[in-house]
Amino acid sequence: MLSSHIKKTGNSLEKTEKGSWVMKYIISGILGAAALGLMATAASAGTLEDVKAKGFLQCGVSTGLAGFSAPNDKGDWQGLDVDFCRAVAAAIFGDGTKVKFTPLSAKERFTALQSGEIDMLSRNTTWTINRDTALGLNFVGVTYYDGQGFMINAKKLPGVNSALQLSGAAVCVQTGTTTELNLADYFKANKMEYSPVVFEKLEEVDAAYDAGRCDVYTTDQSGLYGIRLKLSSPDDHVVLPEIISKEPLGPAVRQGDDKWYHIVKWVYFGLLTAEELGITQANVEEMKASGNPEIKRVLGTEADTKIGTDLGLGNDWVVNIVKAVGNYGEVFERNVGQGSPLKIARGINALWTKGGLQYAPPIR
Amino acid sequence: MATQDIPQDVGGGRASLFYDPKVRGIFFQVLVIVALVAFVYWIIGNTVENLKRANIASGFAFLNGRAGFDVSDTLIAFDSDSTYRRALLVGFINTLVVAAAGIVTASILGFLIGIGRLSHNWLIRKICTVYVELFRNIPPLLVIFFWYFGVLSVLPLPKESIELPFGSFLNSRGFYFPKLVWGDGSMLVPVALLLGLAMSWFVARRAKQRQMATGATFPVFWTSLALIVGLPFLALVATGFPLSFDFPQKSTFNLTGGLQIKPEFLSLYLALSFYTAAFIAEIVRAGIRGVSSGQSEASAALGLRSAQALRLVVVPQALRIVIPPLTSQFLNLTKNSSLAIAIGYPDLVAVGGTVLNQTGQAIEIVVIWMVVYLGLSLITSAFMNWFNAKMALVER
Ligand SMILES: N[C@@H](CCC(=O)N[C@@H](CS)C(=O)NCC(=O)O)C(=O)O
Repeated sequence: MLSSHIKKTGNSLEKTEKGSWVMKYIISGILGAAALGLMATAASAGTLEDVKAKGFLQCGVSTGLAGFSAPNDKGDWQGLDVDFCRAVAAAIFGDGTKVKFTPLSAKERFTALQSGEIDMLSRNTTWTINRDTALGLNFVGVTYYDGQGFMINAKKLPGVNSALQLSGAAVCVQTGTTTELNLADYFKANKMEYSPVVFEKLEEVDAAYDAGRCDVYTTDQSGLYGIRLKLSSPDDHVVLPEIISKEPLGPAVRQGDDKWYHIVKWVYFGLLTAEELGITQANVEEMKASGNPEIKRVLGTEADTKIGTDLGLGNDWVVNIVKAVGNYGEVFERNVGQGSPLKIARGINALWTKGGLQYAPPIR
Repeated sequence: MATQDIPQDVGGGRASLFYDPKVRGIFFQVLVIVALVAFVYWIIGNTVENLKRANIASGFAFLNGRAGFDVSDTLIAFDSDSTYRRALLVGFINTLVVAAAGIVTASILGFLIGIGRLSHNWLIRKICTVYVELFRNIPPLLVIFFWYFGVLSVLPLPKESIELPFGSFLNSRGFYFPKLVWGDGSMLVPVALLLGLAMSWFVARRAKQRQMATGATFPVFWTSLALIVGLPFLALVATGFPLSFDFPQKSTFNLTGGLQIKPEFLSLYLALSFYTAAFIAEIVRAGIRGVSSGQSEASAALGLRSAQALRLVVVPQALRIVIPPLTSQFLNLTKNSSLAIAIGYPDLVAVGGTVLNQTGQAIEIVVIWMVVYLGLSLITSAFMNWFNAKMALVER
């Protein structure tokens, strides 16, 4: 019955570009379920071997959030999350371009990872206990510490300068996110009313907010800055000061493959360590000649080192990462910091040595 | 099934059992069933095994968990403290509401247009033809987008709402109208309404009996109208008008008070109605065409006016042709309502998707979707089959 339904709507949808995602969404749910049913139970090879055999990494990213993962005008993917995928590809293949991106909405992302459609998820995804346990995922770390905020049109709502004045507002939010949960909690805790305007696709939330269907846009604060750039008159909109939640965003993998989990996790730590040691895209070749034992260990120039091979990679894995995308600081500044239109300050995303939260265990 | 009507030729034990069509039939049916059961068993076992390996929780226990999110359109009490089960129920009710409203409107519109296509008036006929050709050839999703982005979202913002009569407003956030507040003693009104309905039914029956017996007609329509409208009105007068209205008012952000119909519902409802009406119109036209013209000619010869002939002779016969394909249109409309997700109307698919994402229970949610849509379809078909049987030609 459902399949005939899909065929029916499917036919009429083929004609429209926009229509296809509705089906894609329903079908992805069903396929995800079906994949779990049909997947051979025999233990498959590890993800690393699968990726090597394929010759590229399949990485799940957002459908287009400026600064994190969005195609530029030439169609190349750019952003902090995208660069993280490239770093993993570089660590495996020595070539940061051996990666394919799967754009995913908030709702689609976990099914895509669980069903094996992607090898890893790097899509401004908040690390929560539910996702780490019930959903069968493993988060590797926090590539960006964020928090949820609100944005309003200050031209239309001149008196509003605090989220506590928002009672009665219509609030646009994307479904399948921690955002919609925090929103409900925040308004409830502060005894305020609101009417949710909920969409599945980012571009629909953007369009609805721009058209005035809702008064308030809420999502991760970094997301608000990215979204504001795309509005018809960005300068009219302000982000309110309140941050109502913790949103530690980071990459995730499936459970049950420790080797793969460690690779993705240590790519993240490799990026941080490179920044800590001052290894940059520009100086990494010179640094290889360094006599500093720590730098030698990290760059794999120590005699008879096994650090990289124990991880399942080459000993020059950090060299390859930094050559492909630079260190964490470079990735940050290029995509969301001063080198980008978003101009977000490092803040809590600075290294621990500079008063921030970014901290990597020792590579030794 | 395959064992019916097969000529029996097993006399004298000549043919071996293998060639006995009856035995063979049973053999293959058993084989298919065994294969099917084995397949289902394998799938279920495999799924459970895979879920376990992937460390994904399974089972329906999650339905009792706290939802934690809010839903924009709820007809029953719901907030973030309610359970996932209740969230799904909210979505299910929203699906039912939009499907039921769509079915009623599409039927009425479809009947009018279908009859219009057979009109003697050139203009009416052409307008109806253009309507049918237009809507039949546009995917329903585009019709939804047309209403949502093309019509409703270009309406003014709440501060510049269009004011309509009776304290109603129209703006890009929907249609607002006053809410009836029932005061003390107003219970008499629905009682009077029921009484009016019952009396009308009785009057109609008596009138029919009298017409059968004596041939004299009775103005049933006007009498019923007087009863159905008059009695509740009298009840209102008697209780001293205990009704008041809660009018929508402008506030900082939106209009507050009154009742609001949101643009998401409106666009889905209008789109489904307009889209399906085009198909129903064609079915109705075919149904009327299917009644032989001798029937209308005979009615005319008996002195019935053409409206009477249509109502008393043609339409009842046409209904027999119309009902089966109409059923499948109703089913289509119900299933198309799942396109709601494109504009954020919280139907079963949309809410189910949110629950799926927050809990990760993909298989369970997909099962719920399938069972619900299958159930809705089966109930609709059962009802229409019953109605069809009732409408079938009774030979006298
Ligand atoms: N961090 C939150 C929200 C992430 C999220 O999906 N944010 C939206 C709004 S900024 C987004 O990135 N959408 C992009 C897309 O759907 O492609 C979560 O993990 O649930």
